[in-house]
Amino acid sequence: MLESFSAETLARMQFAFTVSFHIIFPAFSIGLASYLAVLNALWLKTRDETYLHLFTYWKKIFAMAFGMGVVSGIVMSYQFGTNWAVFSDKAGPVIGPLMGYEVLSAFFLEAGFLGIMLFGRNRVGDGLHMFATAMVAAGTLFSATWIIAVNSWMQTPQGHGINELGQFVPEDWMAIIFSPSFPYRLVHMVLAAYLTTALVVGGVGAWHLLRDRLDPTARRMFSMAMWMILFVAPLQIFAGDQHGLNTLEHQPTKVMAMEGHFESHPDGAPLILFGWPDQEAQEMKYSVEIPKLSSLILKHSWDAPLDGLDTVAREDQPPVAIVFWSFRVMVGLGFCFLGLAIWSVTKRAMGRLYDSPWLQRVAVLLGPTGFIAVLAGWITTEVGRQPFTVYGLLRTSDSLSPVQAPAVAASLAGFAVVYFFVFGAGTIYILAMMAKPAATPRLGLRDGPIRTAGLTPAQQSNPDALHDD
Amino acid sequence: MIFELSFIFAGIIAFSVLTYVVLDGFDLGLGILFPLARDHKERGVMMNSVAPVWDGNETWLVLGGGGLFAVFPLAYAVVMPALYMPIIVMLLALVFRGVGFEYRWRSERWRPFWDMAFFGGSLVATLMQGISLGALVQGIQVEGRAYAGGWWDWLSPFSIGTGIALVLGYGLLGATWLVMKTEGPLQARMRGLAIWLGIGTLLAIGAVSLATPFLHPQYLSRWFTFPAAWYSAAVPLLLLIAAFLLFTGLRRGKDIQPFLAAQSLFVLSFIGIGISFYPYIVPPDLTIAAAAAPDESLRFILVGTVILVPIILGYTAYAYWVFRGKVDPNEGYH
Repeated sequence: MLESFSAETLARMQFAFTVSFHIIFPAFSIGLASYLAVLNALWLKTRDETYLHLFTYWKKIFAMAFGMGVVSGIVMSYQFGTNWAVFSDKAGPVIGPLMGYEVLSAFFLEAGFLGIMLFGRNRVGDGLHMFATAMVAAGTLFSATWIIAVNSWMQTPQGHGINELGQFVPEDWMAIIFSPSFPYRLVHMVLAAYLTTALVVGGVGAWHLLRDRLDPTARRMFSMAMWMILFVAPLQIFAGDQHGLNTLEHQPTKVMAMEGHFESHPDGAPLILFGWPDQEAQEMKYSVEIPKLSSLILKHSWDAPLDGLDTVAREDQPPVAIVFWSFRVMVGLGFCFLGLAIWSVTKRAMGRLYDSPWLQRVAVLLGPTGFIAVLAGWITTEVGRQPFTVYGLLRTSDSLSPVQAPAVAASLAGFAVVYFFVFGAGTIYILAMMAKPAATPRLGLRDGPIRTAGLTPAQQSNPDALHDD
Repeated sequence: MIFELSFIFAGIIAFSVLTYVVLDGFDLGLGILFPLARDHKERGVMMNSVAPVWDGNETWLVLGGGGLFAVFPLAYAVVMPALYMPIIVMLLALVFRGVGFEYRWRSERWRPFWDMAFFGGSLVATLMQGISLGALVQGIQVEGRAYAGGWWDWLSPFSIGTGIALVLGYGLLGATWLVMKTEGPLQARMRGLAIWLGIGTLLAIGAVSLATPFLHPQYLSRWFTFPAAWYSAAVPLLLLIAAFLLFTGLRRGKDIQPFLAAQSLFVLSFIGIGISFYPYIVPPDLTIAAAAAPDESLRFILVGTVILVPIILGYTAYAYWVFRGKVDPNEGYH
């Protein structure tokens, strides 16, 4: 089956596959690292043991996710060379140094202080342990900043020249780093990571609340997560809208694909809610649309004209169906998250945040969906950039290594088998860790009835459950 | 400029690759020795001796690859396709090895499997690194700005030899690391093993050194043309001193000396390879100067490198200091 694919298709599949797996872990560890720093700070400040229990609990999950992120990230750092050698030669002078800065300022910081954060509480003082935890969190954010700078330059390139060898040569580093889409992309991604993590934490909290609504750690994590979602979800929708307007300005073709506009609309474009993009026929089939709304959203005017893909040469169009649908998945989920936030704040106002089983069930259900939204968002932006690796300047088909299809097919198969197995096992382990409550409360300290299930005397008296490390 | 920026960066890349070998070498070696542990507890001690630092160690590999991409994009674009298969296999092996650190504590039923994965991943990654090094020393065929050789060029008796040499060498680093970090029967066994691995490593270094000058006339002249040979001769001489310190340290029951001596063997071998390579980055055709990124790129990253690398070395050293001394068998966060 694989021999019917070209080396280019296979290399793209391999990149899409490995990067999709990889992005899951940073999206989680960016949010979780910040959450851990907050928990540790709150523990040091209030000496409320609930925070320490939560820190210990999420720290182990973080270590798992971080470990998987590291190994899948190493793969990414070599893949530019193995499958995209021409791209590396040509774009390397611009993006190479940015990625070098990522390693120097972010990877080492995370990895260097991770050991102290995980193992060092009893070996260094509280202050240094807090510092290490904060450095791990800072490292994840620096990492995001540099990699988004790289991606943004590939999306909206500026600040470079092209030399006689066809290489992109940096001329103005500030312009390269702060390319037009950079601030929007960075805010959108960091908020996505925070939102994703809040959904996971909220989902785990809700899961345990459904089992024991008096569990103080479950209450604390559910409450913190719901506040976070209430704060971040609306902000993210606003940031996403701003990013969309920026994309319209700098990558109009991508927006045409996102909106599914094959035709130009000289006097007001409809918002296509759903439909079946048929790129062969260059038309949207079975579309459900709201007149004029697309123009209102994108141009803030009912009658503003909007260009469609008919203004773009066929060979310069991205695959419309993928972009159109992944965009809808992302936006749809974003509004679900907003709905959860509003629901939870209503219940909170009624004083029933912890005993609303349906709220908790929905929170559990939405727990993992932040990852889907993140993936859908990346698919929208990356597939929307096609058929270019450097938007408008370097075609994907001209970026490839001199590799043969069988070699790429073999390595793709290798990655697929290993990733599904290794990260599948990791996911199972993480879920098993999440299925356990954060800390087994001591007898006599609880203000509610003692649970009848899932609690054994041995666990109650286990002193390890109350100690970090 | 007398000193081209590209040569400064060749030095920096060489330094980060050497740091990678010095730091990750012993924890990969420890993985190679993993099946020699008697029981679950010993395996736990072995793993916990590196668990707090291995992440940082492996990051130097990312800096080596990422740094090459940043400052010698052409070398990166040529070497990666040439070493396509060993690199992909190494990456997959590192995936298995890296998750072993966490997974083995998560499932009792699967623990033997993840222990094997940690061992197998370490062994295969090391073998592939050695093979890649050998393939690079042999030379890579370049035409225009692209790799022009075949798919199996990397596989040769010489590259397999360097692969085996590196497995022995990392094994030695792992064994001497454990001599330093552990006590009791495990330490005693590792001390005995280190002697054999030391002998094996020296023989392998000898064999590879003898073969290398005959791969290219350039290597031959570098080592056997006077007066340059006088300087080059210092390397084998120092190697013998390091070997002497290794064996005396092991025999006299020293804790730290064998590890440092074993590391010295690596540093000296690395310098030896550097002497052969210069001024090429990808022998026999691609020079350091030709592969370098434009000066604008180099100047930009140089600023960060000069400021950040000392800071990185500082907090890395601090992390090692925090976890100094023998491993406490009862410690860990799992």
